[in-house]
Amino acid sequence: MAGSNPNAKPMNLTLKVWRQKNRNTQGGIVDYQVKDISPDMSFLEMLDVLNEDLLRKGEEPVAFDHDCREGICGSCNLFINGRAHGPEPGTTTCQLHMRKFNDGDTITIEPWRANAFPVNKDLSVDRSAFDRIIQAGGYISVNTGGTPDANEIPIPKEIADRAFEAATCIACGACVASCKNASAMLFVSAKVSQLALLPQGHVERKSRVENMVAQMDKEGFGACTNIGSCAAECPVGISLENIAILNREFLSAKATSNNLA
Amino acid sequence: MFPDSKIPEGPLAEKWDKHKFNVKLVNPANKRKYDVIVVGTGLAGASAAASLAELGYNVKAFTYHDSPRRAHSIAAQGGINAAKNYQNDGDSVYRLFYDTIKGGDYRAREANVYRLAQVSVNIIDQCVAQGVPFAREYGGLLANRSFGGAQVSRTFYARGQTGQQLLLGAYSALSRQVAYGKVKLYTRTEMLDVVIVDGQARGIITRNLITGEIEQHAGHAVVLATGGYGNVFYLSTNAKYSNATAAWRAHKKGAYFANPCFTQIHPTCIPVSGDYQSKLTLMSESLRNDGRVWVPKEKATAERLRKGEIRVNDIKEEDRDYFLERKYPAFGNLVPRDVASRNAKMMCDEGRGVGSSGLAVFLDFADAIKRNGADWVSQKYGNLFDMYAKITGENPYEQPMRIYPAVHYTMGGLWVDYNLQTTVPGLYATGECNFSDHGANRLGASALMQGLADGYFVIPYTIGDYLAQTPPKPVTTEHPAFKEAEAEVRARVQKLMSINGTRTPDDFHKALGHIMWEYCGMARTAEGLQHAKAEIQKLRREFWSDLKLVGTEAEMNQALEKAGRVADFLELGELMVDDAYHRNESCGGHFREEYQTPEGEALRDDENFTYVAAWEYTGDNQVSALHKEDLRFENVKLTQRSYK
Ligand SMILES: Cc1cc2nc3c(=O)[nH]c(=O)nc-3n(C[C@H](O)[C@H](O)[C@H](O)COP(=O)(O)OP(=O)(O)OC[C@H]3O[C@@H](n4cnc5c(N)ncnc54)[C@H](O)[C@@H]3O)c2cc1C
Ligand code: SF4
Ligand code: FES
Repeated sequence: MAGSNPNAKPMNLTLKVWRQKNRNTQGGIVDYQVKDISPDMSFLEMLDVLNEDLLRKGEEPVAFDHDCREGICGSCNLFINGRAHGPEPGTTTCQLHMRKFNDGDTITIEPWRANAFPVNKDLSVDRSAFDRIIQAGGYISVNTGGTPDANEIPIPKEIADRAFEAATCIACGACVASCKNASAMLFVSAKVSQLALLPQGHVERKSRVENMVAQMDKEGFGACTNIGSCAAECPVGISLENIAILNREFLSAKATSNNLA
Repeated sequence: MFPDSKIPEGPLAEKWDKHKFNVKLVNPANKRKYDVIVVGTGLAGASAAASLAELGYNVKAFTYHDSPRRAHSIAAQGGINAAKNYQNDGDSVYRLFYDTIKGGDYRAREANVYRLAQVSVNIIDQCVAQGVPFAREYGGLLANRSFGGAQVSRTFYARGQTGQQLLLGAYSALSRQVAYGKVKLYTRTEMLDVVIVDGQARGIITRNLITGEIEQHAGHAVVLATGGYGNVFYLSTNAKYSNATAAWRAHKKGAYFANPCFTQIHPTCIPVSGDYQSKLTLMSESLRNDGRVWVPKEKATAERLRKGEIRVNDIKEEDRDYFLERKYPAFGNLVPRDVASRNAKMMCDEGRGVGSSGLAVFLDFADAIKRNGADWVSQKYGNLFDMYAKITGENPYEQPMRIYPAVHYTMGGLWVDYNLQTTVPGLYATGECNFSDHGANRLGASALMQGLADGYFVIPYTIGDYLAQTPPKPVTTEHPAFKEAEAEVRARVQKLMSINGTRTPDDFHKALGHIMWEYCGMARTAEGLQHAKAEIQKLRREFWSDLKLVGTEAEMNQALEKAGRVADFLELGELMVDDAYHRNESCGGHFREEYQTPEGEALRDDENFTYVAAWEYTGDNQVSALHKEDLRFENVKLTQRSYK
């Protein structure tokens, strides 16, 4: 069976893959050859080919995270040739296709590197720090039931659309991996601005931003120095404007804090 | 005797209210004395875990994902139904109920479906309060669209990412309870068995996917919200990790499995491009609102196209067959999923399929672009068009998309009563994991609705009824049943590790997928199903003698995880085949070629098959026992579905 492009030629590639047994051991790059890779394959399908091959030979397959393979779950996270999610802008690793590469290429594949994202094994890292930041305040405090009718509070379409844009962050961590300070500002700002933009989120906006930023610092993410590589590498286009909103929220929270402690 | 489905007496519209009044309540001060285990943190699980914790129960929530936010629910695109009637177009709870029963081809319970339609309106209120950014009109009110053949606009959406936004809402509610210490979250932890103590579910056995540790967890009740089993087909639109292990383990511990053969094949997916293909990508159903489905009129034209001798845009209007519009003038391209899928298959079987494999039909936007402009199309479907272009390398603004049906959803699942309790007391199932509301075919935008209905608005009430009758004494893992279950799990893991054969888990999974798709997919025959059964048994034997794994079980080992799931698929697949073989009728997603109308439509046999088939596990390699729950229709009249 051929794909959409019957004339596309299969490729042979050299892979330089980061292998690391677990969190407590040192890792290193190992070279592998893969053959007959169709340009219609996704990057992860190419790794599937490698892994099937390794397993058949009795070698350990390369551990990596993935699930939806459609760019929405945020699981996949490979640092490919020095770039988070590889060469194609606005694209997660799972949506990157091999037609972006050429026969004979050497491809380096590494995990996200950040103190707050320890390696589990090979290319899989622990991003639970993101969950803990959300737990610190990335929500509106409503219980199930007893909420007003959904159309009770009209929200201007422009505001709703902006909140939606911010809410599309997939928590992949590419922003952190691309930042030389390993800052999580873009991720945090996306949630802060989604909820700050919506009227439902106003009640808790001050404590939210303070608590989320405090947790971010505690997790060991670096400081934001406005370089902007986060937004440049974000696969879903979370914009720097969110960081501006976060800074504004943070300053005004500090000035008029509701936090009594 | 069939277990009581516990449908409350009384008129349809009053059943749920009456039931809520009649269920026992747990005294508020006692709630904190109960531990509830929730397995799964997708829409159904996260909503349940958060709501139960808010009520005061201690919740332990488990997921094999690294975060609750990554559940398969995140990928739902199109929208969520609710009978809000905001558009004033004649919708109502009754209409949503009726559409769901009819869409399910009269194989769902009236009472459950009515309740679903009733609570649908609360879901939208809840989500908006959480900050879910649904699409809005310029006036600031919520927008709706019509979806999946519905004749009213009752679908709420957030661009093409509705599942994402709903899941993030439920995840935020869950995160808040984690922060309060009311939910203890176990990520990258896979449930591998249920523990039954004196006939009641009292805990689970898990494996930590990073360290390989096997652990015991006790609770007063266990809720499974572990999703559907579409990946039994290997290729499906489900996320790669989606699997049936939790449900299947529960089945083997006594929970009946209902209607396993009811699977949904979605008509608009990107076709398979090669045998390395690892999953299929859905192109939202909403595309059928503006796209026209066609194949060449003549087989010869299709052949020349496949060989690359002509290009699609060379084919003249009069040489195109818009087969859905031709056959179903009233619904046209918007016929239900099963009808659209089967017709695409028929065209390809006739030799009129397109794409190099011949297993595709066109979905054409040329008219919409001519009528409204490319900008309008891009506004509406931009992200889907981009995704299509990324995957196929083709530009759908310039040439029609190629689509083909793919496995998408499983209507079957663990049998549950009206309280969402399985046949094992204290064991509940919610969301796609249960069989409850969609009959033989699910309507678009109704899975998200069901998952959230179960989690936010049903289980918080119904589980109380059970807990109120359970003494509020601490539960522990001291009972020998825990040790036994753990030993079984360990033995199984070690067995998988020790086979030392030659074939990979994926290799077996693909082989199973081929059998399922070929014989238990879009069209089934008695003969084919019997053949499939023998093939699956053979494959299962090979699996247990020729599986290859490396490394150890005491570390992160993704191939081992996969192997355990494939082992369960190999058993579930056979049950699906048995179920499809026994159901001598066609209904919804289950199409038996022997049973069709002269026009080729599904032919039900209401006299003999108006029941839920609930299968009881009777032992390894034994024939499962069939139990029938008769479906009684007191409010709707059974008719032959017609979309002509
Ligand atoms: C591409 C696509 C698009 C869709 N679009 C729509 C749509 O527009 N509208 C609609 O209504 N429906 C849609 N659906 C269907 C819908 O998304 C699903 O039916 C629904 O999200 C299922 O939710 P769930 O909570 O039941 O399960 P899931 O979201 O699958 O969650 C399962 C959870 O269980 C956990 N789990 C499973 N097994 C174990 C185990 N053994 N141990 C520990 N944890 C476990 C997982 O980690 C996960 O947290 C779509 C489906 C697909 C595939
Ligand atoms: S902001 Fe972008 S890069 Fe960062 S986690 Fe979210 S989606 Fe990923
Ligand atoms: S695997 Fe889900 S975003 Fe890549």
